[in-house]
Amino acid sequence: MTLFRFILALVLAGGGCLFMLLAGVGLVRMPDVLTRMHASSKAATLGAALVVAAVAVAMWDWAIALRAVLVSLFLLITAPVAAHAIARASYLAGVPLAEETVMDELAGRYDPASHELSGTGSGSTGPT
Amino acid sequence: MTPALVLAGQVLLAILALAMVLAAVRLGRGPTLPDRVVAFDVVAAAGVAMAALAAVLWQAPVLLDVAMVLAVIAFIGTVAVARYLEGKVRR
Repeated sequence: MTLFRFILALVLAGGGCLFMLLAGVGLVRMPDVLTRMHASSKAATLGAALVVAAVAVAMWDWAIALRAVLVSLFLLITAPVAAHAIARASYLAGVPLAEETVMDELAGRYDPASHELSGTGSGSTGPT
Repeated sequence: MTPALVLAGQVLLAILALAMVLAAVRLGRGPTLPDRVVAFDVVAAAGVAMAALAAVLWQAPVLLDVAMVLAVIAFIGTVAVARYLEGKVRR
């Protein structure tokens, strides 16, 4: 392994691991489920993708690089889907929001039985 | 170069283990089910990264397949629990 590839892999893997650590810290420190997801889902996905890219650089082989691309592509495609599904489910299940929440535009306007907005207001309402 | 590689790999694995422990704290403590699912997602992502790092450290490319399967299973588990939660609401 050349020195340049070693340093590149080290930077990629180090950044990925730090992002993963950041996701863990956010998961412990944040006050409610939506903010925890905000901290964790993006950082964890980027962290894992960076580490896998570092593996591709470190091994420097076509078969490995193909698998690394597949893994990181799969992570980048599925992470938003999973985050959306679990956020929607947690809101519909009535998980309480943090006390510091400023506004909840769906409150009182969302019919959980039919999944339709039965809003009084027209379109978006600002935080007034 | 090889001792440097081994040392760097072990330090990075330790950082990932710390992240996994933090997520596991939330997994055990999380007051609601969605909290636990989000924490499990982070544990699985850290597992993916650990498997990939171990593939370099032990020169075992098979572990990349382990990482891929782990990512697939984590995604399916998350979506399954989300569907279950929504199904409970819809009735």
